[in-house]
Amino acid sequence: MNVAILVFPGTWSEVDCHRAFTDVIGHDAEYVWHKETDLDRFDAVVVPGGFSYGDYLRCGAIARFSPVMESVKAFAEAGKPVIGICNGFQILCEAGLLPGVLTRNEHLEFRCKWVDLRAETTNTPFTHLASAKQVLRVPISHGEGNYQADAETLEMLERTGRIVFRYVDEDGNATAESNPNGSANNIAGIINERGNVLGMMPHPERSVEELLGGDDGAVIFRSMVTPTAAAV
Amino acid sequence: MPVTQETLDEIALSRAEYEAIVDRLGREPNGLELGLFGALWSEHCGYKHSKPLLRTLPSNSPHLLVAPGAENAGVIDIGDGLAIAFKIESHNHPSAIEPHEGAATGVGGIVRDIFAMGARPIALLNSLRFGPPDTQRNRYLFNGVVGGISAYGNCIGIPNVGGEVVFDESYSENPLVNALCVGLIENGRIMSASPRNPGDILMLVGADTGRDGIHGASGLASRTFEDQAELRSAVQVGNPFLEKVLIEACLEAIELDTVVGLQDCGAAGLTSAAIECAERGNMGLHLDVAKVPRREEGMNAYEVMLSESQERMLLMVSPGGEAQVTEIFDKWDLWAVPVGEFVTGDTVDIYDGDALISSTSVRTLTDPPEYSFTAPKPAWLSELNSVEFSDLPLPDKTPSEVLLQLLGSANIASRRSVFQQYDHQVQTNTVVSPGGDAAVMRLRGTKSGIALSTDGNGRLTYLAPFAGGAIAVAEACRNMAAVGARPLAATDCLNFGNPDKPDIQYQLTEAVAGIKAACDAFDIPVVSGNVSLYNEGIGSAIYPTPVIGTLGKLEDVSVHATAGFKGDGDAVYLLGVDSLDAAESTLGGSEYLTQIHGLVEGEPTIDLELEVAVQNACIDAVEAGIIRSAHDCSDGGLAIAIAESCVIGGFGATIDAELSGRWDAALFGEQQSRIVVTVDTNHASQLEAIAAQHGAPAIRIGTTGGKTLTMSGLLDVLLTQLTSTWDNGLSIATSG
Repeated sequence: MNVAILVFPGTWSEVDCHRAFTDVIGHDAEYVWHKETDLDRFDAVVVPGGFSYGDYLRCGAIARFSPVMESVKAFAEAGKPVIGICNGFQILCEAGLLPGVLTRNEHLEFRCKWVDLRAETTNTPFTHLASAKQVLRVPISHGEGNYQADAETLEMLERTGRIVFRYVDEDGNATAESNPNGSANNIAGIINERGNVLGMMPHPERSVEELLGGDDGAVIFRSMVTPTAAAV
Repeated sequence: MPVTQETLDEIALSRAEYEAIVDRLGREPNGLELGLFGALWSEHCGYKHSKPLLRTLPSNSPHLLVAPGAENAGVIDIGDGLAIAFKIESHNHPSAIEPHEGAATGVGGIVRDIFAMGARPIALLNSLRFGPPDTQRNRYLFNGVVGGISAYGNCIGIPNVGGEVVFDESYSENPLVNALCVGLIENGRIMSASPRNPGDILMLVGADTGRDGIHGASGLASRTFEDQAELRSAVQVGNPFLEKVLIEACLEAIELDTVVGLQDCGAAGLTSAAIECAERGNMGLHLDVAKVPRREEGMNAYEVMLSESQERMLLMVSPGGEAQVTEIFDKWDLWAVPVGEFVTGDTVDIYDGDALISSTSVRTLTDPPEYSFTAPKPAWLSELNSVEFSDLPLPDKTPSEVLLQLLGSANIASRRSVFQQYDHQVQTNTVVSPGGDAAVMRLRGTKSGIALSTDGNGRLTYLAPFAGGAIAVAEACRNMAAVGARPLAATDCLNFGNPDKPDIQYQLTEAVAGIKAACDAFDIPVVSGNVSLYNEGIGSAIYPTPVIGTLGKLEDVSVHATAGFKGDGDAVYLLGVDSLDAAESTLGGSEYLTQIHGLVEGEPTIDLELEVAVQNACIDAVEAGIIRSAHDCSDGGLAIAIAESCVIGGFGATIDAELSGRWDAALFGEQQSRIVVTVDTNHASQLEAIAAQHGAPAIRIGTTGGKTLTMSGLLDVLLTQLTSTWDNGLSIATSG
């Protein structure tokens, strides 16, 4: 499998994502500069974390106008998997590929720490190798990860099983204390209607090696490179 | 007189220095030239009060690739074909005036020093000092500085892996913000900040040049200041996004064969950066200020030359290479503009278009006068040192109450509320995160890793400048020993008061001698550093605060130790002593004496031979794979070290070794050269043997386990209480 890792000015987790796919999972990955438009040779796209354009104006608001984003839309419409991590999630929301918005953390501070996530569904190309309701330990690192959407959208996401990850405590309970940024319904990650575009604030690429504190996040990348009946 | 005292004050030159300039030029300098001299002869750029002292620091090491002072940062060989550039630098005065931008641009500046060496920046650390957080002003400074570091550091994708935050009244008017950056380079690909041949082109890249930061080096960093508001415009404003793309563009550009040199535009802007390059290359320079891209209209040559606008670098390019450089910077939407050319000789000619507006010599500009001094020990210090603690009453609190008070205090409580605002994981190399003794990072593609630490105790240095300097080195190394890393090199940031005062001269001289003694004992060079003088509020100086950053190596990064206890039933050892009893003198300068008795007195000491033995024993034991946990005994003494290991690990402990002297000295005295380690009881004799081999005393003091910490009939505190006290202390203290 060949994975495209997008690079915008200000992106900084492209190398971490690249290594997760190549060194850890053993697949091919290639950096794609934001001014490129050809994604035909790729089987999956990663929109990595960072501060594209410094997060000036609004997170992801400038990056969404980069030439590559039109190709990402077409890629998604073709049913191929796209994962946006942290700033990548923000960009996908700004680009209209995912509903809702990431606002400033409720406590107004940047937060970098390990959190527990519950995999709410295993019926996605990103989680099909996880076990039902598995709790994954994965770091967050963001100042604007507070997921918000109108009540109708939240209700729809809940009803249609499109909430993929929720912040929980180590026992798997979605409590107020385990919510690190004030996200509505403890939402850490959501998927599009078609089920091939995932956005998540936590950084699974930082959770792929025991030496660095844990490898729970690897299941997301392993799922992506492993064919499923659900994958189109 | 052709120049007024007011003008000289503004650029912090003395009348005698002005006369020297006239003498060397053979004429009066014009306005622009006076500005150049003011910048290059400032303490910040010229080190005129500290150079003779800095020369005494050890600079020899078989691992040294780039010597201190030769380039933007020293470089150390760490094996496997890799090298590390690292350096610490202060941004104290800007942070006092505008804490957010002052701290942010402090980070930006040190990062540029590191990638100027051709290194990929891989880690940041910050050593911070503030006044007590019980005033709104100090909380404003604290929150502003932490927020500035967070905003800048997180955006540029460099993990912030450690440092210190210390509160003391002496820093109320003059906080300290020292930033350390570490970079990784392939050995053999180190860049020089020097042109190669006459004819090489000087290109200015990155941001455009504005009026910010003029007189930053001379005005802010090189004198004391009383009216802060008047200097606010001398603080630069940072743009971390620009820095991030500048890093990437520069690291891409140096792959070109035609790019021969790279230099940071830091303090004193283009003036210092360009002229220092000419000096290194032993050449002269023609520079045209009209070619410099401006942020605003109407800037004159003086403003362009002295602007400290951030996120700018200088490239030295072989003639004909400009187009390729411009192409790379275009890709990153950045300027890359030829502004000058290196020439044979020693002349710096500055043009504004066709008009020659200044002609001086490189050597004249870069060779400021040096001031050396010797000053006697002040009488007040001898008085503070002569205090005997036998008359000190024991507190009317129980040992458990004292423990909890100290454990929850702003200086000892967990730093989590600070470091969780910093991305400490990006680049995915961080093996031991902030919150332990030293940060540990793996070196990708090898088995090995590095350890990083900063340390510096102003109060101890105030009471004993020599010992304080030595202790700063010893503690930073001890933090690394506690993770299992052998020291390779140090970088120093000397934060002191006004060097015209004899007491400050004494502190500076003694502290540097102490640093030298300790570096000699550990056999490590000081590879880089920075001097920040004039750290004074109205009338009173800060505690003399030498901050030492250290770099260490772990041969196998997977074999390291961390501070928390790891399970029930492990044997607890104290390395460095053979009994729990501690001399009363160890109360001198302690956190306990300050917080519980409100006293700052005594005479801290350190035995460097013992220190080295203890650290070597600890490192060997970690390498032997028998250490379950290791934690340095420092602020707050033994009881605090053990309480922290309990809380971090989530296990209680029973300390049952006999104790017969004063309990406050035994529990909270700050005797140096001690490390609390735990081993499986099966490995107890092996640990004792390793300690004995090194001549390091070691005593078994207890056993881990349970839900309480008890200590020799004195302490009995629930683990849950220790945990909530330590976890929340700092956020409570700083939330006002």
